[in-house]
Amino acid sequence: MLQNAWLVPSLPAAAFLVILLFGKRAGKSAAWWGITAVAASFVASCVAAVQWVQRVDDATGTSNGLAAFTKGVVTTNDVHHVVKPVTESVTWWQNGAVKFGVGTYVDGLTVLMLVVVTLVSLLVQIYSVAYMRGDRRFTWYFAALSLFTASMLTLVVAENTIQLLVGWELVGLCSFMLIGHWWEEPENSRAAIKAFLTTRTGDIGLMIGIIVLFFTVGSFGVGATNLYATGAGAHHDLLLAAAVCLMVGIIGKSGQFPLHTWLPDAMAGPTPVSALIHAATMVVAGVFLGARLYPVFFNGFSIASGGVNFMALIGGVTIVIGAVLAFVQHDIKKVLAYSTISQLGYMVMALGVGAWSAAVFHLFTHAFFKALLFLGAGSVSHSAGHTFDMREMGGLRKPMPITFWTFLIGSAALAGIFPLAGFWSKDEILVNAGANGFDAFLIVGLIGAFLTAAYMTRAVWLTFFGEFRGHGHPHESERLITGPLVVLGALSVGAGVINAAPLGLEKIKDWIEPTFAFPVVGHAAFDYPKAVLSVGIAVVAIGVAAYYWYRNAERPLLSGLTQRSPLARAGYRFLVNKYYLDDLYEKVIVGGIQGAVARATYWFDQHVIDGVVNGLGRGTTQLAHYTYDIVDQRLVDGAVNELAHEADQAGAELRRVQSGRVQRYALLLFGGVGILSLALFLTNTI
Amino acid sequence: MQWFDDSALTLAAFIPLVGLALVLLIPGAKEQAIKVTALVASVAAALVGVGILADFDYSHAGRLQFTIDKPWISVIKARYHMGIDGIALPLLILSMLMVVACVIYSWNHFPEPHSPKGFLALILLLEVGMNGTFIAQDLILFFVFFELVLLPMFFMIGVWGGPNRQYAAIKFFLFTLFGSALMLVSFLAIFFLSKHQTFQMNELAQLGGAGIAHGTQVLVFGGLFLGFAIKVPMFPFHTWLPDAHTEAPTVGSVLLAAILLKLGTYGFIRIALPILPSAARTWAPYIGLLAVIGIIYGALCCLAQRDMKRLIAFSSVAHMGFVMLGIATLTSFGLNAAVFGMVAHGLITGMLFFIAGSVQERYGTREMRRLGGMLTQIPRLGWILGFCVMASLGLPGLAGFWGEFPAILSAYSPARLAPGLLNGDHLLTFRIFMVVAAIGTVLAAGYLLSMYQRVAFGSVGAEFESAHVHDVHVPEWVAWTPLLLLITALGVYPNLLFHMSNGAVTNVSRIFGG
Repeated sequence: MLQNAWLVPSLPAAAFLVILLFGKRAGKSAAWWGITAVAASFVASCVAAVQWVQRVDDATGTSNGLAAFTKGVVTTNDVHHVVKPVTESVTWWQNGAVKFGVGTYVDGLTVLMLVVVTLVSLLVQIYSVAYMRGDRRFTWYFAALSLFTASMLTLVVAENTIQLLVGWELVGLCSFMLIGHWWEEPENSRAAIKAFLTTRTGDIGLMIGIIVLFFTVGSFGVGATNLYATGAGAHHDLLLAAAVCLMVGIIGKSGQFPLHTWLPDAMAGPTPVSALIHAATMVVAGVFLGARLYPVFFNGFSIASGGVNFMALIGGVTIVIGAVLAFVQHDIKKVLAYSTISQLGYMVMALGVGAWSAAVFHLFTHAFFKALLFLGAGSVSHSAGHTFDMREMGGLRKPMPITFWTFLIGSAALAGIFPLAGFWSKDEILVNAGANGFDAFLIVGLIGAFLTAAYMTRAVWLTFFGEFRGHGHPHESERLITGPLVVLGALSVGAGVINAAPLGLEKIKDWIEPTFAFPVVGHAAFDYPKAVLSVGIAVVAIGVAAYYWYRNAERPLLSGLTQRSPLARAGYRFLVNKYYLDDLYEKVIVGGIQGAVARATYWFDQHVIDGVVNGLGRGTTQLAHYTYDIVDQRLVDGAVNELAHEADQAGAELRRVQSGRVQRYALLLFGGVGILSLALFLTNTI
Repeated sequence: MQWFDDSALTLAAFIPLVGLALVLLIPGAKEQAIKVTALVASVAAALVGVGILADFDYSHAGRLQFTIDKPWISVIKARYHMGIDGIALPLLILSMLMVVACVIYSWNHFPEPHSPKGFLALILLLEVGMNGTFIAQDLILFFVFFELVLLPMFFMIGVWGGPNRQYAAIKFFLFTLFGSALMLVSFLAIFFLSKHQTFQMNELAQLGGAGIAHGTQVLVFGGLFLGFAIKVPMFPFHTWLPDAHTEAPTVGSVLLAAILLKLGTYGFIRIALPILPSAARTWAPYIGLLAVIGIIYGALCCLAQRDMKRLIAFSSVAHMGFVMLGIATLTSFGLNAAVFGMVAHGLITGMLFFIAGSVQERYGTREMRRLGGMLTQIPRLGWILGFCVMASLGLPGLAGFWGEFPAILSAYSPARLAPGLLNGDHLLTFRIFMVVAAIGTVLAAGYLLSMYQRVAFGSVGAEFESAHVHDVHVPEWVAWTPLLLLITALGVYPNLLFHMSNGAVTNVSRIFGG
């Protein structure tokens, strides 16, 4: 499977085509074609993962790696073995003497992503069968999901940066189509376009970054690029330029400050789409890019030196910026969206502080618990009268126990409660940030942990506790919906064990972290005091938040505070308006370009440039009249009486010709050319 | 198959002329016979194209193939010299394909004042000029074909066009005629100033401007530049284009965008660059500057449009800016991108104009604020438009990307140029161009998606709510399917085209050291 990884994206791609062409006729069963294809992809991905693990174990001399894993055997192997990725490629395009390929680059990161993407996609598609039942574009929806999965997998296996760009843009397209799935509502199509344009703005950086890298390295290849960047002769300044540019792409795609504004709006799409695309997979494409080309960032941003760098800074700012906004949302999906932004910030920050394994680990666990939370929110909405407004929920823990318990598990995992998945990955980020000398970011991470636990407590409280405030009769969702919730719930509990250091399991480090063309990064040992501290902070936050909302369920304290204090009111308004970034982008920048700038340009075009053209035309005509009237009629005519008559005749002829009938001009011109060529041809042959 | 090798290009250029003669012989009342004749002629020409594709030696794509070289007008040493290489081949095929698509598309709906006879005759005459321009290897022959294109397009706009057709037609005609007059002067200058007086492009390219003083070369290049830049059209010589497109009948717009604009860019690659290389080095930074101005300027004008077709017309200014940026770098990357961009723009913008025509035909308007909800009312056409919009904004996986991205890429590292802008720091100059062009891709997404939002999303307005609007017709499917498939195929596997163009492009880039 390592050599034939192209199969993994091909299966959903084929499903897309089949559903597109024959789906309408097949009706509802079309959904199962997509599910079958992605299930096959998932199996293939698992096979690839097992083979990769064996490859690593063979190289490091650890036999029976899987068996050892299941038994919890501690493997310590300090000898540095290089396990090369498996690359396959065929010619895709060419320029000059160089042929560029398209293919697959399979290493630990690839197989991890393959498994995550196919698994979440599989669960989301099964869930969607029930969730989207009766939708007017049911089959199209599944076609789009298949296309998305295929594109995401293409991105994951990308052998070179161009292919990565292709996958990157195609997942953007699918995101656009699915956010705008219900495009009859102008609000949805606006959100779709906003998402597309914002990420594309970031893509300027990605494109230029790829170009700079190409000319620096001399190749688009992922392996070649990483080899270059880890090599001794690497040109630091160019790598820095490339890293900054690529980082702009990451900011756009992975919802980082200041281009995160599209992600909350993207919640206009169907909820399973939010779970798959805007939580578990597409939005982590930026993080994946950072992990894939990590040597570029590591060298470019001088991460080893331990100073503040662009990447860590953006990640850190995003953690707090996103988490704070999650507090002022009434829409449960928007709470989760801001939470996603904040968690993506953790991943980017982790990369920025040299904690590669931790970033990828958090990507892995986050995919499960965040997908779970979104799907849970969808289940709640289905049951509570098709709303996402938490003011119309409450008390749902009794009528929908499965949804409640899985949602609670997801929230606890997100909050980093021991021993759930999120605890292990978040803790590893924090420990490594500290160990690598980025203490400031360790503190930011802890603040983020506090905020995360608090806003999730608020969301859980408003949704599941208290009295039901909505309409209708809430009930538990059907099995197609609760099934995926339970699976994801189990993963949210257990997925962290893969890299649970105190248990001697560091499989992300052992199996996933590249050994080929990879910088030397430290791995901090598990730190009990810090672990206790971060869990303690989360528990305190939960306690404070629960107490606050329990006490103020009827009349929140904050609204009293905002009434009393102008400063608090201003702060609250600042948050509700999302730091006014949307206003800046939509009204000032987009509005300005689309309105004033575009109109001014067009005015310039029509009046200045075209004015010159028309003026020249009119001027020439005037000149002709002038010539005719003055030169021809008065001077020539007056001078030579004999010729005057002739001239008059000719003038009359000319005037007729000049009547604006260009047909005549053309006829004369081409007649002339024709006669001329005929004459030349005749003289030539004679 | 020696006979085919010897006559293929003559057939390619003149089969449409035979078809034209036959069409003219059939009485105007027998419309069906006229349509069938025109279709047969265009398909026959396209079959010759298929034969050429099959017989072309791709491993030597840089070599002129299927050459015909006979004396023509000995007095001025003009020869009937034709040949085709990897640059001309895709454009010739594009031209043949688009003509067939246009004949099929027109099948049941000829624009007012109807008259299929005249209309189809003009299309066939146009094809003679277009095919001929791409295969001519003699400057005079090139000029004759280049000019031949003007006449049928003039009539097509002037007779079958919209309300303001007279103005648009005259503007188109005079503008281009002005350019080609200067181009002809430059041709003559090249002839008289060169070491050997010849009009043969390959000989002139071998001379590479030898014997012509640099200052003179720059002037002569200026004449060529005007002739070709007006055709492309480059900012600020583009103002004929929106008017011509807005007024032209659908098929006229399609051919104008898909093929006629390429005559200009093709002229740069085939004639201006190889024949006057040292002048090209001097001109390149300025051409690049106008190209990126065009990219941004065209995009901004698009954002101000209300008429769908006029928007697409302005988008051509922006898209051709990418092609010209690629050419201005004088590198193999840039030139490959340019050839790809020409073909991709031909297919994609051709499709967009087809769709704009179909929208006009169904709703009687192209005013975007009156349209809306096309996806509900005529979903297939709506989806096809969506597909073409995505292709046009350069989505990877579709053809447009491969013209755009390598062009931006090429600007990072242009060939060695003569000192020009920014104190002669051409590396910095072109890197600024690169960033500006990349910003242009976002603007492109902006205006195309906002068009799509206005036309396709939302719900149908009250005006057309109860209108009986037919979704895609059979002739439309037949005409469009090959184009849509090609847009996808070229996007997924771009080497289809790069392996043609690359060999020939390197002949040109080698002159500039790339």
